[in-house]
Amino acid sequence: MTTAIAVRDGNIALGGRPVVRGVDLSVRRGEVVALLGSNGSGKTTLVRGLMGLVPWSSGDVQLLGTPQRRFNEWHRLGYVPQEGSANSGIPATVLEVVSSGRLSRRRLLLPLPRRDRDAVRAALRAVELEDQQHDAVSQLSGGQQQRVLIARALAGEPDLLVLDEPNAGVDRHNQVGLAATLRPMVESGATVLLVLHEMGPLAELIDRVVVLRHGRVTYDGIPPTDDSLDEFHSHHHSRHQRDRTPLGGGPL
Amino acid sequence: MSILQYDFMVRALLAALFTGLAAPAVGTYLVQRRLALMGDGIGHIAVTGVGLGLLTGQSPVLTAVIVTVLGATLIEVVRERGRTSGDVALALLFYGGIAGGVLVIGLAGGSAQTLQSYLFGSITTVSVTDVWTVIALAAGVVFLALGLAPQLFAVCQDEDYAKVAGLPVRFYNLLTSVLAAVTVTVAMRTVGLLLVSALMVVPVATAQQLTKGFKATILAAMGLGALASLGGVVTSFYVDVAPGATIVLLALAGFAAAWPVGSLLRHRRHAGAPFEVDPGLPHLSVPEDHRHTHGVDCGHVAVRHGDHVDYVHDGHRHAHHGDHYDEH
Repeated sequence: MTTAIAVRDGNIALGGRPVVRGVDLSVRRGEVVALLGSNGSGKTTLVRGLMGLVPWSSGDVQLLGTPQRRFNEWHRLGYVPQEGSANSGIPATVLEVVSSGRLSRRRLLLPLPRRDRDAVRAALRAVELEDQQHDAVSQLSGGQQQRVLIARALAGEPDLLVLDEPNAGVDRHNQVGLAATLRPMVESGATVLLVLHEMGPLAELIDRVVVLRHGRVTYDGIPPTDDSLDEFHSHHHSRHQRDRTPLGGGPL
Repeated sequence: MSILQYDFMVRALLAALFTGLAAPAVGTYLVQRRLALMGDGIGHIAVTGVGLGLLTGQSPVLTAVIVTVLGATLIEVVRERGRTSGDVALALLFYGGIAGGVLVIGLAGGSAQTLQSYLFGSITTVSVTDVWTVIALAAGVVFLALGLAPQLFAVCQDEDYAKVAGLPVRFYNLLTSVLAAVTVTVAMRTVGLLLVSALMVVPVATAQQLTKGFKATILAAMGLGALASLGGVVTSFYVDVAPGATIVLLALAGFAAAWPVGSLLRHRRHAGAPFEVDPGLPHLSVPEDHRHTHGVDCGHVAVRHGDHVDYVHDGHRHAHHGDHYDEH
């Protein structure tokens, strides 16, 4: 199997309201796909459905070649939830949160083996939080907390990494940092699905863009150029007038 | 040590030590899950368990364990079904438990004295069998609470992430409740059912004032719990006061002492947290003269900012730049 994610006619309803509607999504192994769309377009719900956190009302969903219902290779999955969940009010150091990224690989009642500790340290280094590993997560800034969540997912050395708005509230410098962190993973063959508001410095990594609108896929193809993306996203940049954008449709 | 000459005191100290270690270990998870009062609820339900034991001639500890585990499971199911009605459902269980207990103990011919020994503890009257039961149950609770700490921590810290990591989240939530139920029965003889919750919650609250991480919190809470329990029993030996109440008051005194320190620490950490680096900022030199050179002992708060240090004064952040200061 060469498909990392395969969704056919996927539907998700939250409290009776259809949020994801008739979505077909296929991500090949090693591909980097960005999921774009305005607020409320169903991006996060789609991703939560893929992670098994909300149930699908209908549709055929496969993860890494296995039907989702039977999927149990959790250690191959990395998930970075939306900003804010790193600091849930529970006392925890950066190291403790990042170490929980090895949970799906670790055995019960035994201390963390050396290999796992090495993976945790590598993940901390990748997001430049090695010096702050013994600090409380609650005392970090929003951007740093986001990097803690990214490190937690990286620590699991996943084959399929799903990031939900990793750049929300993160400044340009750290957005460049995230791109640099993901590049070696992508080069070693990992599959990445990113929920994004705008592609920013990650654009150069992205192979394909899927745009959701009101829960449906309205575009699926090559990433748009910077200019057309600007126009696509911000309505006040009217100076970039073009005949057509690679995205085909109108503004979101 | 004259206190150790009395067998009943040795038994009391052993029971206190193990209760003091087990209660905060489980309590740490309850506090993180915002179920600080769950121990209280289980304590109420345990009264019915004790009553059933007295009525049937079984060991009250055994029947209390069974009834509280069933009650804890019920609370967990209610909690999972819907958070909004959770507290009402808990309240129903509380009152049902204590009313049922009082009724059954009355039927069994138990006196107000019997009831009181379970409600407020009677640590100086524990038998040898009681001590062994307390040690065995408490050791089991501590073993699971510490051994499964990475899993239980992940479930408390980020339940969604724990699910994606493939952890059986429902099982771990239920396990926490069952451990809480067992702990309540263990602590029943030491501090009593009405004060159990204090020993589960107060040491944790105290530890959190001073610790940064989770492991440090749970270990410190266990230490504080053991200290308060032993201290309470020893105090009650020399001064004629109720041991259960003394234990709880000592734990509270610990919190009262730790709170100002924690408050100060939080303020310091907040002020000293590094500033975010944004290389895109324009260069702004500080116009006014500096009467002194900023340094380790200048009295201004020094905060890490990328590769240098900012000095905070009068609402400004000043950083060295060649022969002048920059506004950062």
